[in-house]
Amino acid sequence: CSAAGPASTMPVPCSHCQKSSAVLRRPKTGHSLCRPCFFWAFEEEVHQTIASARLFRPGETVGIGASGGKDSTVLAHVLKVLNERHGYGLNLILLSVDEGITGYRDDSLETVKRNQQQYDLPLKIVSYEELYGWTMDAIVKQVGLKNNCTFCGVFRRQALDRGAMMLGVDKICTGHNADDVAETVLMNFLRGDIARLRRCTAITTGSEGAIPRCKPLKYAYEKEIVLYAYFKKLDYFSTECVYSPNAYRGHARAFLKDLESVRPSAIVDVIHSGENLSVKEDVRMPVQGTCARCGYISSQRLCKACVLLEGLNRGLPKLGIGKHHRLHEKLLARQPLTEQEERKLRAEEF
Amino acid sequence: MCQIHEEYQDHMVENTSIPSISQKCVKCKEGSAVLVIRVGDAFCRGCFKEYFVHKFRAMLGKTRLIFPGEKVLLALSGGPASSSMLSQVQEGLSREAPKKLRFIPGIVYIDEGSACGQSLEERAGRIAQMESIFQATGFPFYVVHLEEVFRLPSSVLQCVSSIPGKPGGSYKAAVDQFIQDSQLFEAQSRLSELSTQDRPEEEVRTSGGRPFTFTLQETKAVERLLDSVKTLTAKEQILQMLRHHLIVHTARVKGYSKVMMGDSCSRLAVKLLSNISLGRGASLAMDTGFSDPRYGDITIIRPMREYSSKEIAFYNKMFGVSSVFIPNLGTKAPEKASIQRLTESFVNKLQMDFPSTISTIYRTSEKLNTACPQLSSDQEQAERCLLCLCALDTGAAEASAFRATLVSEQLSQKSCPEPPPGLSAPGLQRRPAGDERTDCCGSGGGSRCSADEDASSPDPRSLLCYSCRLIIKDMTSVETLPPYIVLETEHRRRRAQMREEISEFLLDPAQELCAALES
Ligand SMILES: [Zn+2]
Ligand SMILES: [Zn+2]
Ligand SMILES: [Zn+2]
Ligand SMILES: [Zn+2]
Ligand SMILES: [Zn+2]
Repeated sequence: CSAAGPASTMPVPCSHCQKSSAVLRRPKTGHSLCRPCFFWAFEEEVHQTIASARLFRPGETVGIGASGGKDSTVLAHVLKVLNERHGYGLNLILLSVDEGITGYRDDSLETVKRNQQQYDLPLKIVSYEELYGWTMDAIVKQVGLKNNCTFCGVFRRQALDRGAMMLGVDKICTGHNADDVAETVLMNFLRGDIARLRRCTAITTGSEGAIPRCKPLKYAYEKEIVLYAYFKKLDYFSTECVYSPNAYRGHARAFLKDLESVRPSAIVDVIHSGENLSVKEDVRMPVQGTCARCGYISSQRLCKACVLLEGLNRGLPKLGIGKHHRLHEKLLARQPLTEQEERKLRAEEF
Repeated sequence: MCQIHEEYQDHMVENTSIPSISQKCVKCKEGSAVLVIRVGDAFCRGCFKEYFVHKFRAMLGKTRLIFPGEKVLLALSGGPASSSMLSQVQEGLSREAPKKLRFIPGIVYIDEGSACGQSLEERAGRIAQMESIFQATGFPFYVVHLEEVFRLPSSVLQCVSSIPGKPGGSYKAAVDQFIQDSQLFEAQSRLSELSTQDRPEEEVRTSGGRPFTFTLQETKAVERLLDSVKTLTAKEQILQMLRHHLIVHTARVKGYSKVMMGDSCSRLAVKLLSNISLGRGASLAMDTGFSDPRYGDITIIRPMREYSSKEIAFYNKMFGVSSVFIPNLGTKAPEKASIQRLTESFVNKLQMDFPSTISTIYRTSEKLNTACPQLSSDQEQAERCLLCLCALDTGAAEASAFRATLVSEQLSQKSCPEPPPGLSAPGLQRRPAGDERTDCCGSGGGSRCSADEDASSPDPRSLLCYSCRLIIKDMTSVETLPPYIVLETEHRRRRAQMREEISEFLLDPAQELCAALES
C-alpha cells in the first residue's frame, strides 16, 4: 500500500533546507534531501551515536578496522570529519589485516592504501604471518581446501584484536551497520542463542583485558552508507566475503531485506526490539572467560585460535575441529600427546 | 565453504507425521500407530487422544492460574486452534473428578466482517455457522461485532489492579464495581458521541431479518478507520488491538476474570518473530507468554501454546472437531503485503528446511521475562502504552534505537530556529572545532525530544510505546480512531498536566503508591 513511486521529474525541494532541490530520498526516513543536507544529517547522526553512547575519550588512539569495503571506508571518512568538526581529540589509525591469500586481498588492500592517502590517516597492516606465524596459503597447504574455513573464520575474528593489541590501540571501531546488527538479532533469535542475543545489540563490546570494540555506524542503514559513499565519491572495494555465511545468517539477511521493503523502519525497529528484550534472571548464561595463552575471550581454557595454532604447529590440524577440551591442559603445558591421541588428529582423516 | 556446524536438536512436537503401517504404539504397545509425534513416538488413536488431552490439563494444572469456579471466557476465532481449545474444555469438563476441569466457561466471538468488506448476508451466514457450534456446547456465548469499538468505554484502556491471591469476596466485589463503572463510562462516551454526530438509532437488519447490534454509521466508521491506515501491517496491528479491547471489555461486563486464547506454538513462533520486527521486543513475553497480566483484573492465558498446528490439525480431523474458515484482512493479500504475512511465510519455509525452527523460537521465548509490575498509581498508569497497555519502552537510554530514530527525523526536517530541548546540544549546530571537546565522552544531550504536547491534540503518539507509534505513523488521520481512544488520550493528558502543576507538593512515588493501595 505504501507505494513510493519513482522520483517524479518535477524537482522536489529538500525537506531540511527547503531551498536546494533534493537529490535523494532517505531510505531511513523517506525524507527528500539535497546533497549537503544528506551529508550533514548522516554525519551528525553518527556524531549523536558517538556522543550519546560516550564512545571515546579525548586523547585515545582509535583503530578503525579497515577492510577496503564500503562500511569501513565510510566509517573512516566520517570519523575523520567528526574528529575535526567536534574536536574529539582522537588519534585515528586505519587497521588492516592481510590474511596472506595470494590474489584475494590485493585489491582491497590497495583500496585501503588509497584511503590512507585521501584521508591522511596512518595505516597499519598486520599480517597473519606476524600474528599467527602462518599465512592462509600455508594453512591451506597443510589442511587442504576443504577445511580451511574453520581456520579463516576463527583467525579473522581475532586478527583485529591481536593487531590492535600489538599496536597499543585503546579502542577498535568496526563498520557494522544497522542492517548487520538487526540481522544478528534475528539470527540469534532464530537460533535460540539467548546469550548472544543479549550481547549483540551492545554498541561497545569487550571483556576485561580485551580491547573494547565499538560500532559507531550501528544506527546507519546500509543503503544510506552506499548513498553516502556514492555522493562523496568514496573509493571502495566491494568485498563480498569469500566465506559464505552460515545458513541461518543467510536466511536472516534475506528476511531482513524483505522486512525493509515492507516497512523501511523495520531495520531499526528490530534493533529496538533487541535492545529492549528482557531475559529471565534465572536463565543461565555461559561464563565468559579469557584464553589462558593469548587473553582473548574464550569459554574454554584455550581459545579456538590458540587451539588451531597449536594443531598447525604440531602438525595435527584436526585439533581445532570438533571438541577436544580434555586436551587443553596438555596443550597449555606444552606436553606431548599420546600416540593414540595423535593418531585421531592427523590430517589424512579429513 | 564456511559451514559452521549448526547443532539443532528437536525436542518438541514439530515433526508430526504418518508412521509406517506396521508400527505399534509406543505407549500401549498394542494399538497400531496412526501418527508419529517427534522422532520415534508413534501413537495409536487412543493414546494420542490421551496425550493431547493430558497436555491441556497439565498446562492448566501446573500453572494454577484458574481457580475452581472461576468464570473463564474462551475467545474463539473459528480457526482450528481455538476450536480445538473449545473441544479440550468440553472434554475436561465432562471428565470424572479428580481429572475434571472445574471452571465455568463462556464463549466470545468477534465478528470482523466489516474489516474485510463482507456483506451483511455473508456475515450473518458465518455468524449462524459459529452460533450453531457454540449452541451445541451449552456454554453461554457472546457475539460481538467490530463496530462495537465505537461504543467502548475508555476504561478498557486502563489497567485495573486486582487484589492478588483473593479469588473470593473482594475479587468479586472489584468485578461488580467495575461493571458499574464501565456502564457509567459507556453512557458518558455514548453521550459525547451523540452530541457530535447525528446518528439515527435504528439498527441494521439483513434481508433475512437478522438484527445486528450496530448501525450503518458504525460500519462506515470502521471502514473509515481502516481506510485511514496506509499499510496492511498497521491495519493488522490495529485490528488485533481492537479485537483484544472488545474481548477484555466483554469479559469485564459479563463478569469473567480469565480469557483463554487459542494461540498454538506455531502461531506464537510467527507472532514472536513478527513482533520483533514490529519493534515489540520489550513486550514480547507479555504478548506471547502463557499468562498475560496487562489488563490487571482480567488475565489472558494461552493454554494451546505447546501444541503445534500439525498436531492440532491431526486431532481435529481424527476426533471430528470442526472449524470454520473466516477470511481476514490478509487472506487475499500477497505474501509481502505486510510484516505479519511475510513473517508467517518466512517461518513456514524455514521450518521446512530446519524442522526445529518453530520449537527453537518457542524455547527462546520461554527465556524471556514476563514479570509485570503491579501498576496502580496514576504515575505508573501513565507509564503504560495507551493502546497496548504494555510498559512504555520509549524512555530509553540516551544511546538507543528509539533516540536514533528521533534524531534522524529531526535532522531530515526543516531546521527549527530553536530546536526542542532534548535535541539541542550536542553538535546539531556547526561550531568551531575544539569547542565541545567533551561531547564525545561527556553529557551527550539531555532528555528526549517530546514535540507538540498539546493537551487538546487527539494525537496520542506521546502516550504510546515504540511499536504503537509506528501504527499512528502509518495513519493519514487520527480523527478516525474510536472515541474511547480519544477520550483516554485526553484523560491521560489532563492527569499529566495536573501532576505537573502539583508536582512540588507530591511526596515520593512510593508513598503515593501506598496511599493509592489504601484507598
Ligand atoms: Zn538541503
Ligand atoms: Zn572459509
Ligand atoms: Zn588464545
Ligand atoms: Zn496406544
Ligand atoms: Zn503499545
